[in-house]
Amino acid sequence: MSTKKPIDDKTIRHVAKLSRISLTDEEIDLYRRQIADVLEYINKLNELDTAKTPPTSHPLDSLRNVFRKDSAGKSLAAEDALRNAPRTKGDFFSVPGIIE
Amino acid sequence: MKIRSCREIIETVNKKLNAIIYPSDLGGPAGGFSESDKTVTPIAIKDNICVKDEPTTCGSKILKGFRPPYDATVIAKLKAAGFAPIGKTNMDEFAFGSSCETSCYGPTRNPWDLERIPGGSSGGSASAVAAGMVPMALGTDTGGSIRQPAALCGIVGMKPTYGRVSRYGLIAFASSLDQIGPLTRNTNDCARLLNVISGYDRMDSTSANIPVPDFTESLVDNVKKIKIGIPKEYFPEGGIDGAVKKAVFDSRGILESLGAEFIDISLPHTQYAVSCYYIIAPAEASSNLARFDGDQYGLREEAKNIIDMYTMTRTKGFGDEVKRRILLGTYSLSSGYYDDYYLKAMKVRTMIKNDFLNAFKTCDCILTPTSPVPAFKIGEKSGNPLSMYLSDIFTIPANLAGIPGISIPCGFTKNSLPIGLQLLGKPFAEEMLLRVAYTFEQNTEFHKRKPSICV
Amino acid sequence: MRKNQNAVQEYETVIGLEVHAHLLTESKVFCACSTKFGLPPNSSTCPVCLGLPGSLPVLNEKAFLYALKTALALDCKIQDVIKFDRKNYYYPDLPKNFQISQYDKPLAFSGFVEIEYKGEKKKIRINRVHLEEDAGKLVHEARGAASYIDLNRAGIPLVEIVTEPDIRSPEEASEYLQNLKAVLLCLGVSNCNMEEGSLRCDANISVRPIGEDALGVKTELKNMNSFKAVRDALSYEAGRQVDLLRRGEMIRQETRLWDEAKGVSVTMRTKEETHDYRYFPEPDLVPFTTEKDEIDRMKAALPELPGARKKRFISEYAIGEYNADVLTRDMAVADFFEKTVGLIKSPKEIANWLLGDVASNLKERKISIVESKFKPGHLAEIIGLIRSEEITGKIAKEILPEIFETGKTPKKIIEKKDLRQIKDSGELTSMIEGVLKENEKSVGDYKNGKKSALTFLVGQVMRKTRGKANPRKVNEILKKKLGGI
Repeated sequence: MSTKKPIDDKTIRHVAKLSRISLTDEEIDLYRRQIADVLEYINKLNELDTAKTPPTSHPLDSLRNVFRKDSAGKSLAAEDALRNAPRTKGDFFSVPGIIE
Repeated sequence: MKIRSCREIIETVNKKLNAIIYPSDLGGPAGGFSESDKTVTPIAIKDNICVKDEPTTCGSKILKGFRPPYDATVIAKLKAAGFAPIGKTNMDEFAFGSSCETSCYGPTRNPWDLERIPGGSSGGSASAVAAGMVPMALGTDTGGSIRQPAALCGIVGMKPTYGRVSRYGLIAFASSLDQIGPLTRNTNDCARLLNVISGYDRMDSTSANIPVPDFTESLVDNVKKIKIGIPKEYFPEGGIDGAVKKAVFDSRGILESLGAEFIDISLPHTQYAVSCYYIIAPAEASSNLARFDGDQYGLREEAKNIIDMYTMTRTKGFGDEVKRRILLGTYSLSSGYYDDYYLKAMKVRTMIKNDFLNAFKTCDCILTPTSPVPAFKIGEKSGNPLSMYLSDIFTIPANLAGIPGISIPCGFTKNSLPIGLQLLGKPFAEEMLLRVAYTFEQNTEFHKRKPSICV
Repeated sequence: MRKNQNAVQEYETVIGLEVHAHLLTESKVFCACSTKFGLPPNSSTCPVCLGLPGSLPVLNEKAFLYALKTALALDCKIQDVIKFDRKNYYYPDLPKNFQISQYDKPLAFSGFVEIEYKGEKKKIRINRVHLEEDAGKLVHEARGAASYIDLNRAGIPLVEIVTEPDIRSPEEASEYLQNLKAVLLCLGVSNCNMEEGSLRCDANISVRPIGEDALGVKTELKNMNSFKAVRDALSYEAGRQVDLLRRGEMIRQETRLWDEAKGVSVTMRTKEETHDYRYFPEPDLVPFTTEKDEIDRMKAALPELPGARKKRFISEYAIGEYNADVLTRDMAVADFFEKTVGLIKSPKEIANWLLGDVASNLKERKISIVESKFKPGHLAEIIGLIRSEEITGKIAKEILPEIFETGKTPKKIIEKKDLRQIKDSGELTSMIEGVLKENEKSVGDYKNGKKSALTFLVGQVMRKTRGKANPRKVNEILKKKLGGI
């Protein structure tokens, strides 16, 4: 892990945009400081030489090849699928216009 | 416990505690249960577990009004076994927290001291059980969110081995760390509940396809010759509250007098666990929470274009801690940072896991404090996220390694605040944990003490 | 267009293609919802493919096997440990706002597809083959005020096949797509129908001065909905890029959409800057491993692939390169051919019929050869009847439509309609004598050296017999009667 320069406002803005969250200037400053604190603490991991260590992405190492058989089962009725929708039109979810 | 008496207690006590946010009709005739039936067990469900057609909001504005069209696997199992879900309990928003203060419904209070936190994120479930509102509850544990509130509320809380209980229907926080587990007043109820909720689920690819023993059979009052490891890293000088340290040492003495053998062990990478966790958990969470955008369910802030709709919805719908973790998680996965953060953390995770596997070569289970401190006051740590994160130091490693852990009451502070003892076990060795916990319970009285708020 | 074609001469076009094909499974890739096409909106959904909170994916075994088969048929190496990754981005057709796909350890890598263009054989290298889930469908309101989401398609298994930038022209691209389609159809893993959306193709294209090694700035081309569109779009885009470079302008790295109606590519309105997909291993799925024996067995059990079949058709049936190529493009047609050869040993004629009149009859009816009532037995019978001079080729052509409509055998049809060839010399001779009497001028022409008069006279006999006279015999008898020249 290289020592990176401390996280700046520009990065927070960029990350917020990637996350679809908008922040006020005060929030950008607050989060920057708080996240910088956490990142600095996290830099502790630099003390460890992990070059030869394999990564763990699943705690159950031995679990492999979990499949389901290919057969069509029951689906939800459209009305159940749409029940929580803020806005629908007929059997479609309706959202603001998207221009492609 | 009868459902009716349950409801009556809830009515009087819940106002003070704010433990239950959505009482449910399911526990009554609507759910097919009779209110006076003694064979039915009322149970409270943490609000991040899907109960069909019931509000499921994860303590967040962004899921206001959401009623899932399906039951979580554990809920289906509970219903089939005669358990009646009688309400949803409060929690830190999306389970991000250790104090139950970040919910959009306001904080839950600790029944032992209404000015203090009950722990988190399953604070509502722990508080409800500790106050006698329900005999048992389901919680979830990603970094200690069952065990720590159990300790702070003086009850039993267990995080099963990763894969022991299905995650289908659990609204995900960190997929490789989350587990659903019991919060109960004693080990007997814990074992009973674990029996019902455990088991292979073909709807969950990370569910372990192994048989479920009858956990009540492990409730045996005998720890003779059981080897219990004491990891020095969990007893840092000046790092634990004095009362907690004393209670844990005394507990060791009790178990030793009952025939258990104690061994000094080392889990050398313990100090890196919090760092490791705070990369992995927010990263997975940032991806898991991306779906909350107002398209299909929950809050929607209408806008002229879709990007604005997403942004406004998420900005309004998520609280501070959630935003903070999403930003942190997104950052550590973003281009140029993945190797340095996420990949590095996954490697350190291997080291932490191997620490445990090595230790378990010489001992049957491991004994530690659950929390370095007893319940702190509401608002005390909320201005300092890092300090809050560091209080999970003893519970986080078990989630990273996927091993089971249980917290049981083992003492009280001078102010009558409960103290919890944590036992950690080998993968899928919940029976060992229950055995030691039961023995300790049978030979002590801590679990019998109730807060004065109880009727 | 012509201007562009001249302009591309000093530049070389470099193309890479990315193809997505729907796999023909009964259920979706991570849940049990049906993959049936054309269902009412949002009626084939469940918590998993809707991406509802709390839902989890479980991998469809058949989708995995189909993807493996595809990779093996493309001569790829199979990854030891296969894992899935999350590709994170926000879009309304993506319920979870991430797609479960594969990033650094795809199912397979390093394969190739052989193509032939202008007599030259060439290998187009395959960079990777991987498995992923499809997104839902968006329908936009004309004035853009609202859009509508149908998630039936969300979760349908896709196999993604990516080439190296080895393709050097729109025509090569088309060849590659045809050959790839033939392989997928042969394996039975996909319908490969671009118009229906079960096959999609995106392209990366750049140009560079001939002789230059470095790659030029590439643009990504999307929205090509047919093989022809792919060719046209690539042709246009290459020209556009060369034009820009000639004017000294820079090419912007961007995604462009092909506008079929206008015949141009347009900048896609950028939704956001270059995507940062934040790939990381999918924690809800465990890794997948394959055994070498298993893979070897699977490879050995693959059906005869179009390339190999074509080679065999050329050597075994001597029908020539072109016929072999077209026949093996469609496995069903190739099967029909071989079944017919099994009934009557006339491969050249069979090929000609199939690629000629049979193909046009199918096209007219807009059906495939498996759907039609015309069977190998029918074709074999026709050829047999022609060989034994029971009918003429012309009559055979005429009765084809009826066989297609009714499935009746040729024999039955010619009996019912009395279409049998007249072979009997006596019968023919009297017809011919009649014609000669009626066409004395032509007889005279012929005797004076005008050879075409013979053809005319043959034609008259054919007309008189309503095409039923055996042309060879007619010729023979006529010549005799005329005294032979």
